[in-house]
Amino acid sequence: MTKAARSQHLRVQRTVLDAGGVARAIDDMAEALLEEEPAGDGLMLIGIRTRGLPLAERLAAAIARRSGVTPPIGALDITLYRDDLSTIGPQPVVRGTDLPGPIDGRVVVLCDDVLYTGRTVRAALDELADYGRPRAVRLAVLVDRGHRELPVQPDVVGLRLDTTPEQVVEVAFADVDGSDAVRLLARAGEEEEA
Amino acid sequence: MSEPTWRRKDLLGIAPLSAEEITLVLDTAESFLEIAERPIKKVPTLRGKSVLNLFFEASTRTRSSFELAEKRLSADSLNFSSGSSALVKGESLIDTARNLQAMAPDLLVVRHQHPGVPHLLAERVEAGVINAGDGAHEHPTQALLDALTIRRHKGRIAGLKVAIVGDVAHSRVVRSNVHLLAKLGASVTVAGPRTMMPVAADSLGVTVCYDLEEALEGADVVMMLRAQLERHRRALFPSVRDYFRLFGLSRARLARAQEDVIVMHPGPMNRGVEIASEVADGPGSVILEQVANGVAVRMAVLYLLAAAQGGGE
Repeated sequence: MTKAARSQHLRVQRTVLDAGGVARAIDDMAEALLEEEPAGDGLMLIGIRTRGLPLAERLAAAIARRSGVTPPIGALDITLYRDDLSTIGPQPVVRGTDLPGPIDGRVVVLCDDVLYTGRTVRAALDELADYGRPRAVRLAVLVDRGHRELPVQPDVVGLRLDTTPEQVVEVAFADVDGSDAVRLLARAGEEEEA
Repeated sequence: MSEPTWRRKDLLGIAPLSAEEITLVLDTAESFLEIAERPIKKVPTLRGKSVLNLFFEASTRTRSSFELAEKRLSADSLNFSSGSSALVKGESLIDTARNLQAMAPDLLVVRHQHPGVPHLLAERVEAGVINAGDGAHEHPTQALLDALTIRRHKGRIAGLKVAIVGDVAHSRVVRSNVHLLAKLGASVTVAGPRTMMPVAADSLGVTVCYDLEEALEGADVVMMLRAQLERHRRALFPSVRDYFRLFGLSRARLARAQEDVIVMHPGPMNRGVEIASEVADGPGSVILEQVANGVAVRMAVLYLLAAAQGGGE
């Protein structure tokens, strides 16, 4: 049973992408990114903690294979920029932001595993502004599951997935979870497919 | 394994905390250290929260440290200090608490010369209360910043030998530190003149010794306390010179400790009284790092208490 399933009594409805599917999606994302931004030209990949960071690492490796240039990688912890400090109860542990250098004038690619309401991206943009003024900020997500609450759109997407708000999209990466996969989960009793 | 969480409304002392809670504060503080290195040293986390700093007893560095921590978290802070406090005008503490409650603050930072005042206020107000030092009782954020400093240098706290030297009886810093170090598995020796050692000091679960050199033997960490010679109503020690001769930390004495020993001091330090300049400015001194770490620890505590107020569950 997966971590999310244990903590919220969720059951896996189906595996949307297996290891091969995740690898292909990341390769396609790297190709799409390189079409827009030549890697040598100031590209910097910044993963939003926690699952955005392994995505940034994988994307950087895929970009390196294609272009021969490995873009620098950073990690952004948006906990301190959330808009729900007083409403969600116990907060996640603050793990810190770690950028590889100044972001001024760079093309920053924000990476996250799942794009949902857009609130995480809003927080990440606010935090980036406190570090400097990138030439441009792009958004790369492995899964876009819809249901936006803010006007945020991704530039590069691995997979667009129709979901209901009750469902949970879980992304696993080999480096941190043992193997690559994207799974769709639902609470017990809501077994029907969306 | 579930993520550690903070559920306490107040931080009144180290004594009630678990090792997990202490570690959560330290881990959180570790993340806050980086904010001091950013071009914009501020995060919006406590925007719209108000924090009252109530310092019934004079303090410059602890109050400044809290104030800076509050500002870096974007909280609105307001200072009440001993000179301007209504307490001087004869108001009872309970009335003060009622008045404070009427202002609906989110957090109170309280320092008072009498032990237990933060606890009393915590029972009477809805705001979270942080004890910033109550008499000779506790000073939890000092112990937490000391622990963060030790951990950043030694990578751990468990198994370390820590010597705490000086006026043990009158020190809230010692009491909080002893609780914390014991919970995290360090072995602590307290040393000082007999006149500055509390009755039954060994009941704290520490080794008590009256000889500085014996206490320094093999120490990984040495914490010097301020010799508050001017504060004591009766002389606990003949003279400053005698104090330094017997309990002052010199380089020669420090040679008895581990080669990579770190030297700490909660400040303000008296050079030539409890510590020689050659040690205070020497290679093992982490005294100024303690100050920097203090801001991060206080940010972590403010953040955790404010977040716990969300209390979704």
